[in-house]
Amino acid sequence: MTSSSEPNPLALAGARSPFAAALGRLVLEQLESVRDLYRVLVLTLYYSLRGAPNKPAFFRQMYEIGNRSLAFLAIVMGFIGMILVYQGGLQTQRVVPDLSLLGATFLQLLVRDLAASICALMLATRVGAGIAAEIGSMVVTEQVDALRMCATDPVDYLIRPRFLACLSMFGALVVIAAGVAFLSGMWTAYAFFGINPHTFANVSMVSIGDLTIGLTKCVAYGAAIPVISGYCGLTAFGGSEGVGAATTRAVVNSSLAVIVLNFVISGAGYLIFG
Amino acid sequence: MSAESSAPPTAAFAALSHWASESVSLLGGLGVLFGDIVRRVIRREFDRSELLRNLYRMGIKSVPIVTVTALFTGGIMVIQAAPIVQRYGAYGLLGWGAGFGTLREIAPLLTALMINGRVGANNTAELGTMAVTEQIDALRALAINPVGFLVAPRFLAIVITLFLSTIFSDALALLGAAYAGWGFLGVEPGVFYRGLTTGLLGFGDVAHGLEKSIVFGIVIGLSSCHFGLSTRGGAPGVGRSVNATVVASAAGIFVLDYLLSFALS
Repeated sequence: MTSSSEPNPLALAGARSPFAAALGRLVLEQLESVRDLYRVLVLTLYYSLRGAPNKPAFFRQMYEIGNRSLAFLAIVMGFIGMILVYQGGLQTQRVVPDLSLLGATFLQLLVRDLAASICALMLATRVGAGIAAEIGSMVVTEQVDALRMCATDPVDYLIRPRFLACLSMFGALVVIAAGVAFLSGMWTAYAFFGINPHTFANVSMVSIGDLTIGLTKCVAYGAAIPVISGYCGLTAFGGSEGVGAATTRAVVNSSLAVIVLNFVISGAGYLIFG
Repeated sequence: MSAESSAPPTAAFAALSHWASESVSLLGGLGVLFGDIVRRVIRREFDRSELLRNLYRMGIKSVPIVTVTALFTGGIMVIQAAPIVQRYGAYGLLGWGAGFGTLREIAPLLTALMINGRVGANNTAELGTMAVTEQIDALRALAINPVGFLVAPRFLAIVITLFLSTIFSDALALLGAAYAGWGFLGVEPGVFYRGLTTGLLGFGDVAHGLEKSIVFGIVIGLSSCHFGLSTRGGAPGVGRSVNATVVASAAGIFVLDYLLSFALS
């Protein structure tokens, strides 16, 4: 990182044990980026509560994040519904001949986990890459520095509208996506296994606990994706190559965050609600 | 919005035809690029050292992400199956249920999504940067074909990386599932292993997932190279290309997953 010409004690220690030095540098860098990410998160929350409302930016981001993701999400979730019901039905037939609970189980799985998690992975790809690419381009073309010159915090001006828009649109997107996946699953069950749509549309297995877990996931993912991607965009450096690297980091880190949050929330939900 | 509603109907047709011609030109571009890559790979007219370098950068460097994803995914599979397993008391079937879902669908799919995010996006960013800084034109001026030197090695490296990562993540996801089953349900890893190997699952299930991973690799490689090479307009253009790549690959992965589930079963 530092390029001082005089030998410093750390570099000397590194020469003695390069592995330990590399490990230490890795840990320090990770800790530093976690701290920066935490700072962006806290600032975003602070400005969301305290800052002056910026309605035009908020509505534009709602349109950008919500409406423009709808077709993409509907296609993906429609295919997911068909794949899951087809594969699940095929396997269940090997063990239990009775498929009447397929719909109820599918709906429970959709509400508990799949609708929110697969939507989040898709949005981490689409919205995360978009946010990082947009903010990253502003950083490397020095527009963010210009914002700072105008005494505007980029977290307030750029990340806050995206954060609020993603948080508010994500729930709506998940509900629509779950509906699409369920309808396509219902069609598959009717076409391939001859299950009556009335039998398939069975909500008896969805409990309050499942809904709570699903909605908690919506909020957690909706908050995590814009903050992580915005942070990756703000830390871009070095021309068009830097924008590409920032976009990659945004997609990877948001997807990893979704998977880890899913594990944590699902585990906690299972222990609390059973 | 108001401009659209008050516009004459010809504007809607113009937008539709613009969209249609864009889609057709995208498909055509992908097809031509794929044909070119296949021809060069068969004739072995591609750069070997570039292939090895890309295998290291794409494959070895993705191992941590694939590891974390696979371990957590296995755990999530078991947690989601837990209420159903408890209801029927079918602890012996946990290995079968988790193994079936993981090997056939979840491990290939999630590995492809992660590799799409890391490798596909990175590849587009690199090729896009080369395109906007006119490095690809410089290659052409030196009579070096960009497909043989840049694209074919990257494409091959992505396909090989995804195939090997899927094998790796199959194993790790089952490991994660076994220990999550132990932690949350108290199912011993031995019982889980017996559930996995009692004969309900075969090599066919593993092969099904691996065949899918090859197709996903082709989708990611092709779209990331195509969008990278067709990048225009400086740093914002690179960002747009990366965004377009990850979205197109993700949609392509899910659509082909559906079609392959039928074709292979």
